[in-house]
Amino acid sequence: MTPATLTAQPVASPHAHGGNSVSRTMLRVQVALVPATLYGFWLFGWPSFFLWLLTILSCLAFEALSLKMMGVTQIKRTLFDGSALLTGWLLAMTLPPWAPWWVAILGGFIAIVIGKQVFGGVGQNVFNPAMVARVALLVSFPLPLTQWVYPLPLTSLAAPDFIDGLRIFLTSLPQPDAMASASILGYTKTELSRGIDLLHSLAGDQAPVLSWIGARSGSFGESASLLILGGGIYLLATGVITWHTPFAVLAGIALPAAIGHAVDPGHYLSASAHLLSGAAMLGAFFIATDYVTSPNTGSGQIIFGLGIGFLTWVIRTYGGYPEGMAFAVLLMNALTPVIDRFVKPRVLGRDRKGKALDVPEGNA
Amino acid sequence: MGFMNIFKHLLADDWGVHPDDHKRPAADQAVRVMPVPAKLYLPLQQHLGGPARPVVLVGQKVKKGELIAEAQGMVSAPIHAPTSGTITAVTEITAPHPSGLTLPAIILEADGLDEWVELHGCDDPFALPAAEIGKRVAAAGVVGLGGAAFPSAVKLIGASRAKVTTLVMNGGECEPYLSCDDRLMRDQAAGIVDGIRIMLHATGAKIALVGIEDNKPEAITAMSAAAAAFEQIRIRAVPARYPMGSEKQLIQVLTGIEVPADGRPADIGVVVHNVGTALALRSAVREGKPLISRLVTVNGNCASQPGNIEVRVGTLAEEVIAFAGGLKGDGLGLARRVMGGPMMGMQIPHWRVPVVKGTSGILAFDTVEVAEQEPNPCIRCGSCVKACPMGLLPLEMSSRIRNEAYSEAIDLGLKDCIACGCCAYVCPSKIPLVQYFVHAKGELAAQDRAKLRGDATKKLALQRQERLAREAREKVEAAAKRKAEREAAAALKAAATAAVVQESV
Repeated sequence: MTPATLTAQPVASPHAHGGNSVSRTMLRVQVALVPATLYGFWLFGWPSFFLWLLTILSCLAFEALSLKMMGVTQIKRTLFDGSALLTGWLLAMTLPPWAPWWVAILGGFIAIVIGKQVFGGVGQNVFNPAMVARVALLVSFPLPLTQWVYPLPLTSLAAPDFIDGLRIFLTSLPQPDAMASASILGYTKTELSRGIDLLHSLAGDQAPVLSWIGARSGSFGESASLLILGGGIYLLATGVITWHTPFAVLAGIALPAAIGHAVDPGHYLSASAHLLSGAAMLGAFFIATDYVTSPNTGSGQIIFGLGIGFLTWVIRTYGGYPEGMAFAVLLMNALTPVIDRFVKPRVLGRDRKGKALDVPEGNA
Repeated sequence: MGFMNIFKHLLADDWGVHPDDHKRPAADQAVRVMPVPAKLYLPLQQHLGGPARPVVLVGQKVKKGELIAEAQGMVSAPIHAPTSGTITAVTEITAPHPSGLTLPAIILEADGLDEWVELHGCDDPFALPAAEIGKRVAAAGVVGLGGAAFPSAVKLIGASRAKVTTLVMNGGECEPYLSCDDRLMRDQAAGIVDGIRIMLHATGAKIALVGIEDNKPEAITAMSAAAAAFEQIRIRAVPARYPMGSEKQLIQVLTGIEVPADGRPADIGVVVHNVGTALALRSAVREGKPLISRLVTVNGNCASQPGNIEVRVGTLAEEVIAFAGGLKGDGLGLARRVMGGPMMGMQIPHWRVPVVKGTSGILAFDTVEVAEQEPNPCIRCGSCVKACPMGLLPLEMSSRIRNEAYSEAIDLGLKDCIACGCCAYVCPSKIPLVQYFVHAKGELAAQDRAKLRGDATKKLALQRQERLAREAREKVEAAAKRKAEREAAAALKAAATAAVVQESV
C-alpha cells in the first residue's frame, strides 16, 4: 500500500474529459471580439479605448467586491474565469464610443452587481447582465447614451490625440455639434416623426449611410457588421455557439422587415438596413447566444431567437426608441425558463410527452 | 450520406461524443497469452443477478473447468475453476469497485498442471434443440463480455420465448482505449461467425446484424470475409461515436427502431449480444468449455507496453500489468486505476483486484489523461443536452438532485439515464454529472427499500395488534366460559345435594 492508495477518493465515471472549460469558452468569445474591437478603436479613437478599458476594469472590480462580500474563498479562480471580463467587454461594445467615464463605472456596477451577483453569481442570472446595464443606463441617462459621433479614424487630423481623448472621456462635456451624428435608425425615426417619409429622408444629404465596414456612427463595437459576422463565424466554427440562435435572430428581424418594406417602402426600412444597423449582428452572435440566459435546446433557441428578432423590429419600427435589441433580449430572457419548460428534447424510447413508446403489434 | 450527416448535424441530431479513441497502438499488437498465476481470486458475484453458491470445500482439489460455485436463482451464472489446483479459502477480497469494499470469493492455488476436467462438447450444435443450447450455455457460465456481464443463457432463452427476429451483434466497442473485441474480430472472425450462427439457431432470429464502428477497418474486413458465406449474417459499419455500443443506440442505428422506454429489446423483436460472447458461447457449446478466461486490454499512458492479453478469470490486475510489461517508471505519475473503459469503467483503489468475466480493460491513467479539477458552477451552456444520447437534460436533473428533489429528477427522466458519461465528458465546468445521477439512483433505491421495510414493519405491528386483541378476547371468552361451567357445575351439585336431601327425608 502506497500513500496514494489510501487517499484515492471514489470518483464516478467517466475518467476521461473532452477538455472544454469555462475559461476556454470565454477566451474564444473574447478572441472573436478582438477584430471588431480593434477596428472600433481605430474608428472612434482614444476615448473609445478608455471607455472599453474602464468598463472592463469596473466589471472586474465589482465582481471581486461581490465575491468578497459573499465570502467566496477562491476569488481569483472565479474572477478570472473570463465571465466578468466578457460582460464588461460586451457592455462596452454597446455603449456610445465617447461616453464619459462614469457611464463605464456605473455600467459595470449595474451589470455585475444588479445583473448577475444578486441572483447568485455565474450561471444563476435570469437576464443578460450587459443588456441589463445597457438598458438601465439608457433609461436613466438618455442623453449621454444616445450621443453618437462620426467615425474619426485615428489617422485623420480631426481625431483627438491621447490627451484630448482623456479629456473627452473624463470631463463628459457635451460634444461639439460638428461631431455629433445620428445612427440610421435614430435619423429615420426622427424624420418620420417630422412627417418625412423614408424615401425622402434617406435620399437627403444628411442621411447616414449603411456600411458593412462600419463607416457609420453607432455604438463603439457594433458598427463593423462584417467583423462582427466574422467573429460569429469563428464562434460557430469552434463550436462555442450553434447556428440556431443567431440564425433565428437575424431571420426574426429580416422577415418582418422585408415584408414591411415590400408593402410600404416609405415607412419601413429594408431588411438590409435593419441587419446592418444597430446591434443586429452583435446581438445575434454575441448577446443572444449567452449560455446562461438562453434556452438549452436547439428548438428552444430558435423560438428564443425569432422572438428577439421580431421584438427588435417591432421596437425599432413602432417603439419610442430607435434601437430595440437590448429590450428584446431582456424580454426574451424573461421567457427563457418558460421556453425551457415546454421545449424539451424527445427522450429515446418515449414520445414528445414523455410517454413510453408502444410495443409494436405482434411482439407483445 | 455526407449530406445526411450535415443535415443531422444541423438538426442537432448528433447525440453522443467523439472522444479521442486511443485504441492504437494497443489494438495492433498481437495478443499475448498470460501464464496461469500462482493464485486465482474468484468472486462469487461476477455477473448481474444472484451471486453463485460455492460447491467446493477448502482443501478440495479441482481440475480446470470444474464447477466450483453454482448458479443461484433465475438470473445467475456458475463459476468454474480456471485451472487445476487446490481450493485454499472461501473468503472476502476487494471488489472491482471504487468503494474498495470486499465481496466473497473462492481462492484457488494452481498446481501448475493446468489439467482439464472431462469435457462434453457437441459436433453439430444445429442438431440440438434451442433449449438444450441454452442449458449448455448456462452450465458453462457464459455472461455478456461487453462489460455488463448479464448471464447469456437468460437472454437466449428469453429471446426464443419472445420470438425475436433480429440478433444484433455488438462489435461497436465504442469505449476509448479498449480493443479486446477489435482484436477478437481480427483474429478469430470465423469462430465469432460460428458463434453467431449458433446464437441464431438458439434464439430463432432470422438475421444477425453485426455493428462494428468504422474506426476498426481490419475487424470489418475480417468479419465480412468470415461471414461472406452466410447471407443471414450481415456486417454493418457504424459511425465511430460514443456510446454506439450502448444497446438502445446500436439497435436504433442498425434497425431504425427504438426500444420503448421501460421496455426490453425483445419487445421489438431484437436481442443483443457482444461479439466476444459469441466466441465464448461457441466454445461452450462445441467444446463444452466453460468461461474461464478472457481477453483484457491493458492501456493508458502509464502502461509501458499497451496491448491485449488473454487472462484467466481471477488473475489479479497487479499480475496482469506485471506480465504486460509493468508501469512506466514503476507507476510514477499514475493518477487513476480503472477497470473497464474510461467512460463507464470503475475506478479501483489498488491493483490487487481480480479480473472478472466482465473485465474488458485495465487502464493506468496519468495526470494528463485524468486532469482532476474542482467543479465550477453550471453556466447552462447546454453542451450536456446536445451530447446526451438519450435526449435528457442533464443540467436540469443535476440541479434538482443538488436540491434533493429526486421526484422532479425522475420526472425529467432520471430513470432513462444510461450513465454513459457523455454529459460529464463535455461539461466545461467539470461537474461530475454521472456521480449525481448514480447518487440519486442509489438514494431512490434506498428510499424504496426503506418504504418496503416500513410497510413490512407496519404490517407486522398491525398483525401483532390484531393477535393481542384476539388473545385478549379469547381470554375473556375463556374466563366467561369457565365461569359459566363453574356455575353450571355448582347448580348441578346444588340440585344433586337437594335431591339427596329430599331422598333422605
